[in-house]
Amino acid sequence: MTIENPIFVTSDQIFVLLRHWALSFLPAAWQTIAGVLLSVAAIVCIFPALFALTTVFERKGLGRIQNRLGPNRVGPFGLLQPIADGIKSLTKEDIVPLSADAAVHFLAPVVLVVAVFMGFAVLPMGRNMALVDMDAGLLFYFAMGTSTELAVFMAGWSSRNKYSLLGAMRAVAQMISYEVVLLLSSVTVVMMAGSLSLTKIVEAQNHYSFGFPHWYIFTPWGCAGFVMYAIAATAETNRSPFDLPEGESELVAGYHTEYSGFKFALFFLGEYLAMFSISGLGTTLFLGGWSAPFLFLTWVPSWFWFFSKLMLSIFVFIWLRGTLPRLRQDQLMNFAWKFVLPMCLLNLFVAGIWRFLGDGWLRWMVCSAILIVAYAGMGWGEMRRGKIGPRSYRYAE
Amino acid sequence: MSFVFYMLAALSVTGALAAVLLKNTVHCALALTVAFAGLALLFLDLDAQFAGFAQILVYIGAVAILVVFAILLTKGSETPKDGVFSRTWLVGLVIAAGVFAVLGWAVIGSIRVLPQEKAVPTVTVLQIGNALVGRYVLPLEIVAVLLTAAMVGAVIVAMHEKEGEK
Amino acid sequence: MLGEGILKGLTETAKNFFGSYFSAERLTTVEYPEQRIAPFEATRVFPFLVYDAENRDGGGPEWEAGLRCVACQICEKECPPKCIYIEKSKDKKLDYLGKAQYYPARFDIDISVCMSCQICVEVCPFEAIKMDTKFELSTTDRFGGLLLDREQLAKSNEYYHQIHSAEATAVDAKLAIEKTKFDAKAKVAAATAIAKAAAVAGEGA
Repeated sequence: MTIENPIFVTSDQIFVLLRHWALSFLPAAWQTIAGVLLSVAAIVCIFPALFALTTVFERKGLGRIQNRLGPNRVGPFGLLQPIADGIKSLTKEDIVPLSADAAVHFLAPVVLVVAVFMGFAVLPMGRNMALVDMDAGLLFYFAMGTSTELAVFMAGWSSRNKYSLLGAMRAVAQMISYEVVLLLSSVTVVMMAGSLSLTKIVEAQNHYSFGFPHWYIFTPWGCAGFVMYAIAATAETNRSPFDLPEGESELVAGYHTEYSGFKFALFFLGEYLAMFSISGLGTTLFLGGWSAPFLFLTWVPSWFWFFSKLMLSIFVFIWLRGTLPRLRQDQLMNFAWKFVLPMCLLNLFVAGIWRFLGDGWLRWMVCSAILIVAYAGMGWGEMRRGKIGPRSYRYAE
Repeated sequence: MSFVFYMLAALSVTGALAAVLLKNTVHCALALTVAFAGLALLFLDLDAQFAGFAQILVYIGAVAILVVFAILLTKGSETPKDGVFSRTWLVGLVIAAGVFAVLGWAVIGSIRVLPQEKAVPTVTVLQIGNALVGRYVLPLEIVAVLLTAAMVGAVIVAMHEKEGEK
Repeated sequence: MLGEGILKGLTETAKNFFGSYFSAERLTTVEYPEQRIAPFEATRVFPFLVYDAENRDGGGPEWEAGLRCVACQICEKECPPKCIYIEKSKDKKLDYLGKAQYYPARFDIDISVCMSCQICVEVCPFEAIKMDTKFELSTTDRFGGLLLDREQLAKSNEYYHQIHSAEATAVDAKLAIEKTKFDAKAKVAAATAIAKAAAVAGEGA
C-alpha cells in the first residue's frame, strides 16, 4: 500500500477525521475552542485509561518476574483490578493532618497532575496528531516538567512531617540533577534535527534507507543519548532504581505519606502519567515517534506505532523495576554529576563531530570509538576507585 | 489591552502582593511562583514563546525551588513575631512611589518616541539562537564564565565547610 | 565493565518472566483455596484425641468408648500455656489391654491459647493425644467456638493413619507389641494361678 492509498490515509488519520466530523456540527466561531476542548478531552480520557491498564500490567509483570502471579481475582486475568483500586481510592477517608498546611496540602496533587497533563499537549501521537504544534515544543515540555518538582516540594513541606520533608528534598534534588541530564541528551537531538518542534523532529527521522529507518537511536550519539535519556527519565519519574524519595521501606512513603484516598490516587496518577509523557518524548526524540520500523510496514497506522513504542518503554520501566535494587541518595547524585553528565557533554561533542564529518563510514567509526572508549574508561575509573562501593562517613569516624 | 491581558496582569499583581503580604514565608515563595507564572503567560500572550517557556523553566523550575530551599534551610520558615509590616513603612511607600513614577515616565516617554508597529514579527527560536552565537556571543560567554565561577565558588564553600569541621 | 551486572540481572529477570509461563519452578504460586499443598508427614496444627473404633467397652458412642486417654493429666501439667483442662471420671472402664482405667469426663483444649508446641504429644505415655493438621478453624464465636471439647477432639485411629501414616503405623506396632507382652504375661500369670490353685486344691484334698 502506498502512502496515498485512501484506506491507509483513513486508518492513519482516523482520529483527525473524526475530530473534523464532530466539529462540523458547530458554528465556525466555536470550532477552534471546541476542537481544542475535544482533543484535551481525548487526552484526559485515553491516558488515564492507559494508566489503569498499566497498573495491572505492572503488578502482573512484577509478579511473574518474582515467580508469582499478580492479581488475578478481579475479572479475567485480573484486568478489572484498576476498577477495584479506583473505587477504593475514591471511597477512602481523606485524612489531612491537623498541623498540615491545608491550602498547600490540597493544591500539591492538583499542581502535579495539571503540570503533567500539560506535557501531553506537544507529543505527536501520530501523523498530524499533536495537540499543538509549537515552534518551541520541546522547551514547553521541559518547562512543564520542572513545574512538577514544585508540586513535589509542596506536598512534602505542607505535610509537616519529617519523613515527607526528607523525601521531598531528596526527590527535588534528584529531579533537578537528572533534569540537566535529560535536557542535555535532548539537545543533541535538537542539534541534529535543527528544530525544537517535536513534529519536525519526528519528520526528520521518518526516512528509510535499505528498509531501515533513520531513527536517532541507530546512530552512535543517539544510542548513547537514548541510554542517558532513559536513565534520566527513570530518575525524573522517581521509578526504581531511583525511587528512594518514595521508597516504601525507607521513608514510609516519602512525600506522599500524609495523603490518603483520592489525593494519593492523584499522586499515583501523576507519577504514571509523567512516565507516559516522558516515554512519549523519548520515543519522539530517539525512536522515531510515529514512524514505522521498516519500510514495508508503513501501511500500519502511525498512532499504532507511537503507542506500541510507548508501551514498550513502559514494559522496560517495569522490567528495570523488577530487576534493580534501589540506589542510595549519594550514589544516585554521584552517578548523575560524576558519570552521566560528563558522558552527556561528550555526547554533544560527538554529535558535532558526526555532523561535520559528513556521510560515510568514517563518522560511524570515529563517533562509536570515542563513545565506547570514554564509557569504558570512566566506568573502569569509577569501579577501580571504589566510588561504587561502601560509603565513607563524615561524622561517624 | 485585551481582556486576557487584564486577567494575566491581575494574576501577576495578586501574586506579587500576596508574596509581600502573607505571614508564612513559604506561602510568600509560592505566591511569588504564581507571579512568575503570570509573567510567563504575559510573555506567551505577546507571542514570545521562547521567553515564556524559558521563564517557566528557569524561574518556576529553578529559582522558586532555590528560594524555597533557602527559606527552609535558614530560619525563615518560622512566622515573624513582629508582624509583616515594618515600622518605617511610610518611607518605603514614598521610595516605591518615586521608583514607579520614574519607570512610568520612562515607559510612557518611550511610547511617544518609538514607531507604532502594526504587526509584531514573531521571533523564532532559530533567530534567537543565531543572535546568541552571532551578534551576542561575547555576552553569552561572559555569562557562562560567570555561572561557572559561581558553581566553582559554591563547591569550594561547601568543601571548605567539610574540611573545617574535620 | 560497568553495566555488565545490570545486563546480567536483566537477562535473569527476563528468563524468570518468560519461564513463568512454561515451567512450574519459575511460578511457585499455589492458588489457595482452589489449590492446596498436601500436608507433610510432620505437619502439626492443634492436638486431637485418638480413639480406637474396635475397642468398645460398654455403652456409649464409639468415640467415647474407644478413647485412649486415661486422664493421667500429664499433658495438662506439661502444657506451657496451660490450654488443656481435664476432669477425671469417677468410674473406670477397660482399655485396649483389658486393664481398668479412668477416662476423662471433660477434656477441653482452648485453641486460641494453644501454641502447637507438641509437648502434650511428647509426654503422653498412652499415645492418646496427637497433632491434627486442620487449620481452617475460623469461627465467629471468639470464646466458645475456639474451646474444643472432648467430642470435637476425638478422632478415630483411621483418621490418624490418614494424616500421619508413618507415625500411626509406628504407634500401632508399638501398641501391638505391648499387647502381646501383656497377653504373654497374663497367660503366664493365669498359668501360675491355675497351678497354684491346683496345688492348693491338691493339698486340701
